[in-house]
Amino acid sequence: MQSYRIGTVSEFQEGTKKVFNLGETEVGVFRLGEKFYAWNNICPHQGGPVCQGRLYPRVHENLDENKNSHGRLYDENNINIVCPWHGLEFDVRTGKHPGNEEIALDPLPVQIEGGEIYVIVGE
Amino acid sequence: MDALIKPAIEHPVQELDTRTDTRDYLAHARSDAEKKGFADWLIVDIDAHHVESVSWAEITSYIEDPVVRHQAEMYQSERVGAPPYGLNGDLGLRYQDVGGRIPHQSSQREVVEEKDVHRDVVLTRRAMHGLAVDYMVIFPTPMLFLGMHPQTDMEVFLSRAYNRWLTERVLPGDPGMVTLVVLPFNTPDEALKMVEEFADVPNVIGFCVTSTRYKPVHSNEYMKLYRAIEESGKPIAFHAGYHWQDPSLATCNTFLGMHSLGFAWCNIVHMTNWILNGIPERFPKLKSMWVESGLSWVPFLMQRLDDQYLMRQSEAPLLRRMPSEYMSDNCFYSCQPMEQSNMKALECTFEMINAKDQLLFSSDWPHFDFDTPSVIYDLPFLDEQSKRNILGLNAAKLFNLNTNGPK
Repeated sequence: MQSYRIGTVSEFQEGTKKVFNLGETEVGVFRLGEKFYAWNNICPHQGGPVCQGRLYPRVHENLDENKNSHGRLYDENNINIVCPWHGLEFDVRTGKHPGNEEIALDPLPVQIEGGEIYVIVGE
Repeated sequence: MDALIKPAIEHPVQELDTRTDTRDYLAHARSDAEKKGFADWLIVDIDAHHVESVSWAEITSYIEDPVVRHQAEMYQSERVGAPPYGLNGDLGLRYQDVGGRIPHQSSQREVVEEKDVHRDVVLTRRAMHGLAVDYMVIFPTPMLFLGMHPQTDMEVFLSRAYNRWLTERVLPGDPGMVTLVVLPFNTPDEALKMVEEFADVPNVIGFCVTSTRYKPVHSNEYMKLYRAIEESGKPIAFHAGYHWQDPSLATCNTFLGMHSLGFAWCNIVHMTNWILNGIPERFPKLKSMWVESGLSWVPFLMQRLDDQYLMRQSEAPLLRRMPSEYMSDNCFYSCQPMEQSNMKALECTFEMINAKDQLLFSSDWPHFDFDTPSVIYDLPFLDEQSKRNILGLNAAKLFNLNTNGPK
């Protein structure tokens, strides 16, 4: 196990991410609200650099009570990271693909102590 | 945990976008290739693309017809607010990048400082490096829709101009860059002239029909063309595409649905006519390639045609074997985009199409559903020789390429 100091909480704006080289491991660190998430920068689909993609809100179908569709809506409460190779999306909080939860990112532990953020590799 | 806490190093490329260098975009593929030792493998990518419309003013300067050429020059120099001259790109092209989620599909605006070769040579070399490819077939993008152009002459003008431009200005830049000459298939006599003009041009390894069109491939007007291609010793490829305005596909409200069906549908129709009309019997040495429809359509069509053929043999009297036998023995397939959600089905597909001898690797880079060589290398049911065949040796045999790579 190896701990890496990522930076301070105040260096991360809400809803942003940074990608780091932690030894041989590329890791994306995301801030949503007061929580931090770290994911291995390898897409489970074809190994793409998933954390170097763009952030998009999850898309929902806008159905009324009669099941009529009125188009699609962004859900700003659920943010996905999108792999720039092929577009696979993953919920930043859970790491899971919104259409198939068996397809998921590989997590790394995040610790916050005294306003400092640490990510642990090799646990 | 180590007592010493190490500082993290910020990745030099934080986010991939339309200006990212292809080498950075494909850095993971490159790293993967080095781990797997692809330097010792021959890898032939039989279908990758460049965006020819970026060079459209250059290409249209090659139009033979002086009036059309002048019209194109004036249009390219003065007109704004319309697509490039003469092109009829499909509506679907607006949706390929999934609303900006897949930037490399949108454009490649990366810096190119090299001046000794065409920009497309530099971009292709970067892609070849990233994917560890020895030979890469370069094919256009919006021109894939020319088979639906209402002016059949325009398909002739533009495909001839493109073929001349590509073979004179681009391909000489790197011996690993090769092409399948675009045929103006809606005008058979002109397609035949194209074969005669380009059959012996360096770096031309075959001929290509863009499949999105309504012309029946078994029409008598094509027999001279097939004879000429057969005699050239080079294959004919049918490169799939879509046409959202097709009445059936127009019922699809998403690119996802339209593209899933469209890229298979056009080749399903052409393959059906190709086989049932006995083209492999008429031209037994003519090798056909079926490109960019994925693979799952092939076992479906094999079973479907076999089932119906036995009941209606009199409608296909040229056949001496089952339709599926022609499809597995006489036809070659490119793998991309390789459907992998059911590994048992994929393994069965490989057996049915005789993949170890008939399957060819293709990346389709830089399009949104591109594949890397690892999609073949990582398959659990293939032995190493089959992987080597599919990734490069089958193509080397089909196209008569050097198995040690380009010189």
